[in-house]
Amino acid sequence: MKFLVCISKAPDTTTKIAFTDNNTKFNNDKVVFIVNPYDEWYALVRALELKEKLGGTVTVINVGAADTDAIIRKALAIGADDAVRIDAEPGDAMFVAKQIAEYVKANAYDIVLCGKETIDYNGSEVGGMIAGLLDWGYVSLASSLELNGNTATLNREIAGGHETVEVNIPFVLSAAKGMAEARIPNMRGIMAARTKPVAIVAAVASENYTSIISYELPKEKTGVKLVSADNVGELVSLLHNEAKVI
Amino acid sequence: MPVLVFAESANGTFKKSNFEAVSYGARVAAQLNTEAYVIDFENMSGDVLKSLGEYGATKVYRVASDALKNFDAGLYAKVLNDVAQKLNATTVIFAFNYSGKAIAPVLAAKMNAGYVAGAIDIPVMEGNTIKIRKNVFSGKAIAMYAIHSENKIIALTPNTVAPVKTENKCSVENLEIAINATDSKVKVKEVVKASGKITLSDADIVVSAGRGLKGPENWGMVEEMANILGAATACSRPVADIHWRPHEEHVGQTGLTVRPNLYIALGISGAIQHLAGVNGSKVIVVINKDPEAPFFKAADYGIVGDVFEVVPKLNEAFKKFKAGA
Ligand SMILES: Cc1cc2nc3c(=O)[nH]c(=O)nc-3n(C[C@H](O)[C@H](O)[C@H](O)COP(=O)(O)OP(=O)(O)OC[C@H]3O[C@@H](n4cnc5c(N)ncnc54)[C@H](O)[C@@H]3O)c2cc1C
Repeated sequence: MKFLVCISKAPDTTTKIAFTDNNTKFNNDKVVFIVNPYDEWYALVRALELKEKLGGTVTVINVGAADTDAIIRKALAIGADDAVRIDAEPGDAMFVAKQIAEYVKANAYDIVLCGKETIDYNGSEVGGMIAGLLDWGYVSLASSLELNGNTATLNREIAGGHETVEVNIPFVLSAAKGMAEARIPNMRGIMAARTKPVAIVAAVASENYTSIISYELPKEKTGVKLVSADNVGELVSLLHNEAKVI
Repeated sequence: MPVLVFAESANGTFKKSNFEAVSYGARVAAQLNTEAYVIDFENMSGDVLKSLGEYGATKVYRVASDALKNFDAGLYAKVLNDVAQKLNATTVIFAFNYSGKAIAPVLAAKMNAGYVAGAIDIPVMEGNTIKIRKNVFSGKAIAMYAIHSENKIIALTPNTVAPVKTENKCSVENLEIAINATDSKVKVKEVVKASGKITLSDADIVVSAGRGLKGPENWGMVEEMANILGAATACSRPVADIHWRPHEEHVGQTGLTVRPNLYIALGISGAIQHLAGVNGSKVIVVINKDPEAPFFKAADYGIVGDVFEVVPKLNEAFKKFKAGA
């Protein structure tokens, strides 16, 4: 089984978000970038588990400039066999999906795994777009993945519960919590990652359909109104009369 | 060129997120000098479908096929693409919920459409460009997006744009679309839903608890509060990770993002990753014994106190209020 895991670079979850150039650009000064958690913790680790059980290869793919090398090496240290970097500044989700879909067309893969969303732009887009571009089946927000020959069984999150679905390879999924437990790379993995192959592939021409014009920070709360623990009735009345939420 | 709205019911009845999407579609359509049409894949009764006219849809097209009884994002996107072509539509609206997240990106690829996933307000038109705000960095910031392409898809974040009622001028029609069952690649084998529970993703009130609760055996009072208020229950990440509560309840940057009208946090410190997933809530109440807990900075109302003393008292007060209301 040939697994292709899409990994994205995302700011560490403790990052204080700020902007530059008159609020038109994300300020990445001093920001630590990590592998997007859903890509790493769930998509990558589940692919590795299945490879260990059933054989095959796990390739990670990233659309990004040379500055994504660190996160690619991290994925290799966790256990991916090799990596592909499509050499381009990632544009919008469709741009990224087109790059990956083109690569998949030229290189046979059985399952393409994405995280359910990136923690920076939160779109839940790239996986579905790749599936749409390739005309493959798509299972979104998958919380489990089992393989039986060429047939996969997955649970996917739905409103108020989950459903179990079946799909034949090839297909695309987006991975949500539950699919696997995060792995911490060990020393051997980190050493091995240094020499694992990273193919650098030129991007295909593609336009961006969307762009970001400007950013803003959410309105700050004006200050908490504290109620005494001995007077919980006051909280109830504030929620009813002032906030009007009950 | 009508605006299409995809509406999916919950067991045959439409919910607030559907009304929001329809009303949003109608408002976008008005800006484009056109009308909003709803697309139904569930073969629902005319009366139920016509009710969507109260939110500004002027037509509901029913696309009926046995193949659509099986939810498959790929097939749904393919059929919606055919519908859009047949009706000459270039703009499609979804609710940014489980189904919208599944179908919209696939449709975007099929339609070659620019897609804004998770809009939080009504767009502004500038010629053929649509500008819309959406949350980014898991709610830590907001970005203004522009869609430049001819075809456009917008998924609306639930509970951000209130639906507006209008005079119902809606008619319901059947639309013939050739659907090939073999185009369906994903087969649903089983659907498991917790019965009677309020769904976290679209709850108006959420009662959430963290490690301050000390152990899973203490969740009775959390559930009781949720019951009294008609709320859904949620939890912080460590609570789900140590299996005190199911994963579905984990909210925050690496869990579910929620934006209810009221979010009540019990024994949660308010770490940046937790806040990211909940700070879109309209009103936040924090109960924590540590006056320095960071959550108080993000709260509207707070009680500094021990949850084991405060929550039972508060539950009594809520009960009394509900009985009197
Ligand atoms: C990459 C990454 C992603 C993360 N994603 C998320 C996420 O999505 N969601 C999330 O929630 N966390 C996330 N976290 C974890 C986050 O950093 C915090 O560790 C977590 O939110 C803390 O959970 P908590 O508030 O329940 O527990 P604690 O931090 O242990 O806080 C417990 C609180 O309860 C209070 N308390 C204790 N006893 C009582 C009592 N008797 N009465 C009243 N109050 C009491 C304490 O004062 C304290 O404030 C993430 C962390 C990382 C590194």
